[in-house]
Amino acid sequence: MDATRRGFLAAAGAAGAQDLAKAQDHDHNHQVVPSDPTLRVKALESLLVDKGLVDRAALDALVDTYEHKIGPRNGARVVAKAWTDPAYKQRLLASATSAIAELGYTGEQGEDMVVVENTSKVHNLVVCTLCSCYPWPVLGLPPVWYKSAPYRSRSVIDPRGVLREFGLELPEDVEVRVWDSTAEVRYLVLPERPTGSERLTEEALAALVTRDSMIGVANVVLPQTGERA
Amino acid sequence: MNGIHDMGGMHGMGPIEREENEPVFHARWESRIFALRRAMRPWPKYNGKANRYHIELIPPEEQLRLSYHAKFVVSVSELLVESGFATTEEILKGKPARRSPKLVPPLKAEQVPAFLAKGSSSRRAVAVEPLFKTGQSVRARNINPIGHTRLPRYARGKKGTVDRDHGVFIFPDSNVAGLGEKPQHVYSVRFLARELWGEQASPRDFVYIDLWDDYLEPA
Repeated sequence: MDATRRGFLAAAGAAGAQDLAKAQDHDHNHQVVPSDPTLRVKALESLLVDKGLVDRAALDALVDTYEHKIGPRNGARVVAKAWTDPAYKQRLLASATSAIAELGYTGEQGEDMVVVENTSKVHNLVVCTLCSCYPWPVLGLPPVWYKSAPYRSRSVIDPRGVLREFGLELPEDVEVRVWDSTAEVRYLVLPERPTGSERLTEEALAALVTRDSMIGVANVVLPQTGERA
Repeated sequence: MNGIHDMGGMHGMGPIEREENEPVFHARWESRIFALRRAMRPWPKYNGKANRYHIELIPPEEQLRLSYHAKFVVSVSELLVESGFATTEEILKGKPARRSPKLVPPLKAEQVPAFLAKGSSSRRAVAVEPLFKTGQSVRARNINPIGHTRLPRYARGKKGTVDRDHGVFIFPDSNVAGLGEKPQHVYSVRFLARELWGEQASPRDFVYIDLWDDYLEPA
């Protein structure tokens, strides 16, 4: 490891450590700045602002976008439209990127999309074993568990066990398809429309669609069943 | 590289811990490092596509210990030095060296929506012949590159079927190494779970992996 990386590690280091106590035991002989991530990132930000490389208002706008504007509600609208408009569903499954763009969701980490459909015989599950790739325009930023080692390691070797942990027991005759999205394509699961939802409007259907169902770790259920979606 | 980031199929990582009503960011610094790494993207010299590789180079025990956003504090710092935007000393001090030039213009707030809506696709509109076709039997090559690669270890040497051709994309192995984009076809290859994991896997499970031409050979 080169000296530079060691320096940044020590600096970022203890920083985001999940286990701070353990981090403090670590040998940090290269630590030249406070290990507090707040201070570390503040230093980076002010350096880049001072150099004219980034603009603070743009940083605020980026954060605001993912905190308030882009999230799983986008994907839910895509799913509800596919459930109620057969021609749209056909376009969505044939060329997802342009069909999703019809609803105005495009760009960063969703430049090239594929939508995979759950049926009574096929269940799809999305993971990224090498990284944390996730379709941002339709789902927003991924939850911590999606980026975690337990989910990334087990989804490909024991998908049914992972689903069980999420409360979803699949019948043995259902085919499981795990999509390891380690390349440049991002995947969205089109969950099955719940039975008994025939009278619901597109808007009411969208309200039922959860983030987890579009990753494939849950099914969409009607609220009166009392089950967790 | 055969690093700890390549986790598919590993045991012992513990239960999946979920958080109800999880916030998008858990602390302000997480949101700021996230925004910083996006805001640097428009600079042509800044090789944001190498971010993942810089994370892979973090020693394994540190990779497991650091949270997702903390790893980016390291990789963004590395990329800034590598691309010549800042020195190690400047980063650790948080202040530009005296007389260092001020670069303008950075990404502006009013440009953010269009910037995000456009994204930065790795797809390339170049005519490259596909080496394989849909339905064909292929084998993931048994290679162990020391640089960045998207061929997971658990797939190497395994046989699958080309499920679909996604089109032509930058080849990350050469691109991250500074050896050019080498655009080529990426296919979704369908592997029987039993081919990957043996008899313990369900005969009805499949894993689909997106693989470039250079990762595959006819089977």
